[in-house]
Amino acid sequence: MSLPTAVAGAMFAGVLAYSILGGADFGAGFWDLTAGDARRGAAIRALIDHSIGPVWEANHVWLIYVLVFWWTAFPSTFAAVMTTLYVPLLFALLGIVLRGAGFAYRKFAETLHQAQLFGAVFATSSVITPFFLGTVAGAIASGRVPAGGRGDPWSSWLNVTSVTGGILAVGTCAFLAGVWLTADAQRAGQTALAEQLRTRSLVTGVLVGVVVLAALVPVRHDARTLARGLEGKGSWLVVLSALAGAVTLALVFRRRHQLARFTAVGAVAAVVIGWGVAQYPWMLVDQVKIADAAGARPTLVGLLVVVVAAAVVVLPALTYLLWLTQQEAWSHSLEE
Amino acid sequence: MTVLSAALAVNQAPAGLLPAREQMALSLGWHIILACFGVAFPTMIYVMYRRGIKRDDPVAIGLARRWSMASAVLFAIGAVSGTVLSFEMGLLWPGLMGRYGDVIGLPFAFEGIAFFTEAIFIGIFLYGWDRMPPRQHLMMLIPMACAGVVGAFCILSVNSWMNSPTGFTLTADGQVTNVNPWRAMFNNAVALQFAHMWVGAFMLVGFVVAAVYAVGMLKGRRDEHHRLGFMVPFSFATGAALLQPILGHVLGLQVGKEQSTKLAAFELATHAERESPLRIGGLLINGEVKWALTIPRLGSLISRDSLTASVPGLYDVPPDQRPPANIVHLSFQVMVGIGLALALLVLYFWFARRRKRDLLERPLFLKIATIAGPLAVIALEAGWVATEVGRQPWTVWHALRTRDAAGPNSWLWISLTVAVLLYVGMTIGAVVVLRSMARRWRAGDERLATPYGPGR
Repeated sequence: MSLPTAVAGAMFAGVLAYSILGGADFGAGFWDLTAGDARRGAAIRALIDHSIGPVWEANHVWLIYVLVFWWTAFPSTFAAVMTTLYVPLLFALLGIVLRGAGFAYRKFAETLHQAQLFGAVFATSSVITPFFLGTVAGAIASGRVPAGGRGDPWSSWLNVTSVTGGILAVGTCAFLAGVWLTADAQRAGQTALAEQLRTRSLVTGVLVGVVVLAALVPVRHDARTLARGLEGKGSWLVVLSALAGAVTLALVFRRRHQLARFTAVGAVAAVVIGWGVAQYPWMLVDQVKIADAAGARPTLVGLLVVVVAAAVVVLPALTYLLWLTQQEAWSHSLEE
Repeated sequence: MTVLSAALAVNQAPAGLLPAREQMALSLGWHIILACFGVAFPTMIYVMYRRGIKRDDPVAIGLARRWSMASAVLFAIGAVSGTVLSFEMGLLWPGLMGRYGDVIGLPFAFEGIAFFTEAIFIGIFLYGWDRMPPRQHLMMLIPMACAGVVGAFCILSVNSWMNSPTGFTLTADGQVTNVNPWRAMFNNAVALQFAHMWVGAFMLVGFVVAAVYAVGMLKGRRDEHHRLGFMVPFSFATGAALLQPILGHVLGLQVGKEQSTKLAAFELATHAERESPLRIGGLLINGEVKWALTIPRLGSLISRDSLTASVPGLYDVPPDQRPPANIVHLSFQVMVGIGLALALLVLYFWFARRRKRDLLERPLFLKIATIAGPLAVIALEAGWVATEVGRQPWTVWHALRTRDAAGPNSWLWISLTVAVLLYVGMTIGAVVVLRSMARRWRAGDERLATPYGPGR
């Protein structure tokens, strides 16, 4: 494996981590948004607060990781994307700001009225952000970002592949979060809540599957390079993702929620990796290949040092945090 | 102030330049205050908490607990504004990142690790209240404090590289070659700039937190809680305020060596002159310095460590290489003036204390200590304005002009407007939340929910 490919792989690992961890986080916001009024939605919202509270910041550092790796390792393509896709990126950024601030402030809100305001901001922006990030991915994957940048600011992301990417991002986030929240509710012994979430997760899962199938034909025409990759070297991942999705639905249906968490992650991971494999070796599809986009070699080596440092410093700490949140003492605080 | 500075610097610039500079100044100026808390607050909480454990002092433990909750709010919104900045690097400055991304990106990557570590341990620390043995719980602050230091170093590394760019070669046709990211990261200016900012963070947080308790004492809440809440941050502020003038002086000498026009703007020197005077206040109008209080020879002494060495002049370089002098000069002197005043304030406090006079009993001192908080913030902001505007018209000193770093996009006016509204909203939100927390604490509700911690 060449040095640029290794660094691109490390960067893509960040994309994958963000899709799963950040995705589950965004999805929780989706359930918050659709939970109903203050009385009916109270149980779900308390569960969401409890589930994502300790990790919601750490989950979003992955986005910064991806951006930093991108501009350091592949600077010219980073500038090309930024000067082309600034509209969806600005909307995604707006969503990130409102979401973080809304979530942080809601925790402290004194009155129900305040909490509702901050909560609405948090929940709405949880849906906006993944949608626009999805359109960005679609634009890159369909070859709409020219190597020199300054592509069309509108048609680059207002097209069938980008919009499909956006809807798919929102859908997978919601599905992933639905399955995890159902499992959390079940473990906390909140059976009624778990049942309610179970139904909704099943509906979401089916809907996401339908959207994917329906979008296949137009996307095949719109993003030929990507489609060739998905039908060729990435096909086994597409099949794997579909299988994992179906198994997840079956497990949720049979109330095996703890197990379903992992197959749900597998389904999302497989589809994201499938996109990466299908796009390889392009950095910007049809425009620039990874090897040609790479910056100076000593810098790429430096980034691999960063990866090792992150593995040594961050991973143990992150594992400790995630382990703590799954502890009994943590769950008990919910009923205090 | 930044509005004026940017307006002065623009001539025949692309449409995106002015709003891009405005937005960057706003975002950085806003974020830097929160970043200071990320850098300095964990250490102060550590000292307070450790005191509480060692002396079995519930007041100190209570303070540490409240501070950790306040820091969670500040950290959460700081993380958001930090994410904004990483987008803005590309959205506002594609010319900088596209061209020099692989030269100076590495410290950003290390900063990412530091930030990640801090985010994880703040979660663990808040979770740990009443769940971990106190001594183990205390240890969770150490990675946070270390991460703050490393993160600050990395960010200052990028900024100092823009002042003192190394680690690459520019060919005759403008190509960037021969890249050495480590040399860029550990450039000539980083050590002093980092030290200056690191100490500045302790100054800001120390004075701001002390000011909060000074206000409480002024309102008649004269208990041990308020005394201790004042003394610990004020002690940190003392060390920082006394160290800062020395560090600033040494850093100034270095600026004179590497960025002579920046020094000229600091000192409002039009032409290189030996035995340069110190000009306090004053404006440069049509090539003449007006309304300045001039003290002979002191300029040479302060900026060159010599009574006779010459201070460089603005008009020694072509017009298209001069920074907007007035804004640089005034903001520089605001920083120095406030810094010296705060150093005198802490000296006065400790001398009085040695003579058994307790200034915390005196409303006048408490009022001054209250103002010291916002003053420390102004000094820090003024310092950043001085160094950033003083680097103009360069983004990377003598390697990339700011107008070439910006994009040509006129949509930036819209994004600037949205950014202003957002930051105003976030500021109001933060103030409302922090004040309501304080109110509930006073009402006896100690265990508030926090963004990272468990629910109530």
